[in-house]
Amino acid sequence: MFDMALGLVLIASGGYVVFIVSQKKWVAGVSFWVLAAGFVCHSLFLGLRYVALETLPVLDFKSALSFFSWSIIAAYLALYARFRLRVLGSFAAPLAAVFMILSSAMPWTQGPVKPVFKSLWLTAHAGSMFLGNGLLAVMFLSAVMYLIQERQIKKKLLGSFFKRLPSLATLDSINRQSLVYGFPFLTLGMITGAVYAQNALGSYWRWDPKEVWSLITWLLYAALLHERLVAGWRGRRAAIGSIVCFCALVFTFVGGSLWLGGYHSFRSLGAP
Amino acid sequence: MSDAFEIINIGMNHRTAPVELRECLAAQEDHEERALRAIRDCDVIREGAYLSTCNRVEAILVTDRAREAERWMLSLMAELGGTPRDTIAPSIYIHKGLDAVEHVFRVAASLDSMVIGEPQILGQVKEAYARATRRRTSGVILNRLMHKAFHVAKRVRTETGICESAVSISYAAVELGRKIFHELEGKKVLLIGAGEMAEVAARHLITAGVDGMWVANRTFERAVEVAGYFQAEAVSLDEIPVVLEKADIVLSSTAATQYVITHDMTRNVLRKRRNRPLFFIDIAVPRDVEPRVNDLENVYVYDIDDLKDVVEYNREQRKAEAAAADRIIQEEVLKFDRWLKTLAVVPTIRSLREKAEAIVRSEWKKSDAALAALSPEQREAVRVLTRSIVEKVLNDPILFLKGKAGRETLEGYLDVTRKLFNLDREE
Repeated sequence: MFDMALGLVLIASGGYVVFIVSQKKWVAGVSFWVLAAGFVCHSLFLGLRYVALETLPVLDFKSALSFFSWSIIAAYLALYARFRLRVLGSFAAPLAAVFMILSSAMPWTQGPVKPVFKSLWLTAHAGSMFLGNGLLAVMFLSAVMYLIQERQIKKKLLGSFFKRLPSLATLDSINRQSLVYGFPFLTLGMITGAVYAQNALGSYWRWDPKEVWSLITWLLYAALLHERLVAGWRGRRAAIGSIVCFCALVFTFVGGSLWLGGYHSFRSLGAP
Repeated sequence: MSDAFEIINIGMNHRTAPVELRECLAAQEDHEERALRAIRDCDVIREGAYLSTCNRVEAILVTDRAREAERWMLSLMAELGGTPRDTIAPSIYIHKGLDAVEHVFRVAASLDSMVIGEPQILGQVKEAYARATRRRTSGVILNRLMHKAFHVAKRVRTETGICESAVSISYAAVELGRKIFHELEGKKVLLIGAGEMAEVAARHLITAGVDGMWVANRTFERAVEVAGYFQAEAVSLDEIPVVLEKADIVLSSTAATQYVITHDMTRNVLRKRRNRPLFFIDIAVPRDVEPRVNDLENVYVYDIDDLKDVVEYNREQRKAEAAAADRIIQEEVLKFDRWLKTLAVVPTIRSLREKAEAIVRSEWKKSDAALAALSPEQREAVRVLTRSIVEKVLNDPILFLKGKAGRETLEGYLDVTRKLFNLDREE
């Protein structure tokens, strides 16, 4: 099932790349449906895993990456409903595909799931975190696209990218929307995590490295949201801000899970 | 008239010269008059016209000594621009003979314009020609060349779609606007200066959906007048900083020699705008918007050279139309060439006619006494008769010679004709 999803997402990515080069709309249309089909397969796969593990399949790096890529596609599809922006798929689908390839290249390490993880709180915590991450990843992509397009317009290099990328206003508003929707998910993830920790470990906050880094990331995003909504940041500055924030997010995700130790690390999650 | 003349065309346009250089030379009120006066007084140059617009400066000359004329014209341009010859020389193009003819046709037909198909250039060429006739620097060759150029322009306009093609400054501005604002609905425009080009662009922007427009102009009356066309609000130049807080697109085309929009002015306005993007379209030469303004965040400045690139980029799409226009140009250049070559026949034909005329007159005089007996009606009939006999006799040789125009054998036939009719011997 996962392989099928991966195959479909790869085909869709290829299609989207062909689309950005050839600008043929039907290619993007086909890619969209292939991506959607891949998303359905991926969802089924995750559903089956959920039933089998009795919890969200995010407890090892392989599964987490797979879930991350699923949430990126989910975020893209959700934003597509709002903005109808085909070219964003040319960036989002390949990113998701890369994560899926990484995931599939990793060995299965999942041992038996500890009873403490078989909790709806964990599902809520990790689920909203990942949905937030998905939206913020798309936000990061829109920021990159914004910076490319902005540079084209500023430097008056009106080449192929200029024609293919959407307008600055569109990219800025995708950036804004994905922050406005993504940030609450992140917040919700923090809160449910704290409640879960209280239930499972007896305290809301334990200064676990991943907790600390999540807080830093959350604060960065909060600052960005504030600047955007209150101070009127937009455009280039907001785009650079969202790239910086996303770097922090990726560091939290990768570092917090692999290098920094603590009870969030996959080593301790998987330990019997 | 001697035969060895050449048509040459010396100039620079938006493609060969940077805007800084064109600023020195272009559109200075008295340049054209000064140039024409110099052309009239220059004994190397037989005929000449001088065209100066904000995107091109060129001279069309008829001369016996092309080399000298070129050098002379270059110095004149350098002098007018107040720049050394060496700075101008690399930006100059020189066309000779049929290339020059072709170039003039292309310019008049607006195929060489920065905004291909824009209508103003033909008017400017006509104006330049009118000035040349007023100053009597235009003669047989130039008259014919310019009239043909107007004819070509008309043909290109009516026979190809190049003029309706969307490629224009206005179109480029709208397209860029869409890449910045996504859609122009609800956006507001400030028009500074009220030239024809600016009005065309403003109309395009309105069609694209902008609502709300201000017009600022040096003379307030003119601002009110233009504002009337667009249901816009007229403002004075001093109010620009205030309007900048509300406008999204600024279209500037004043004749001011100093920046109308400065870096400081824009920076101060940005905070009040809460960083909403601001798009300047500067179609003025010299420029109205300080180039440094483009360094500000969320501000995009396109001057006329930048728009040229946009237009250049769109040019791809109109190759078919361009090919049709080129065909017309080539056709007309050939026709003009044929006419130029008949010029070589003209002196011989003229001598032929003069000789016949002289014979008629002298024979008439000899028979004066006999003819005096006739009634006025009969005398008139005899006069018509002799004239038409002469015409008929000369008709075939003349047609024959014209038919040989441009052929290699022409020289020989001319020689024979002159000997046959004894045209060169004084008697």
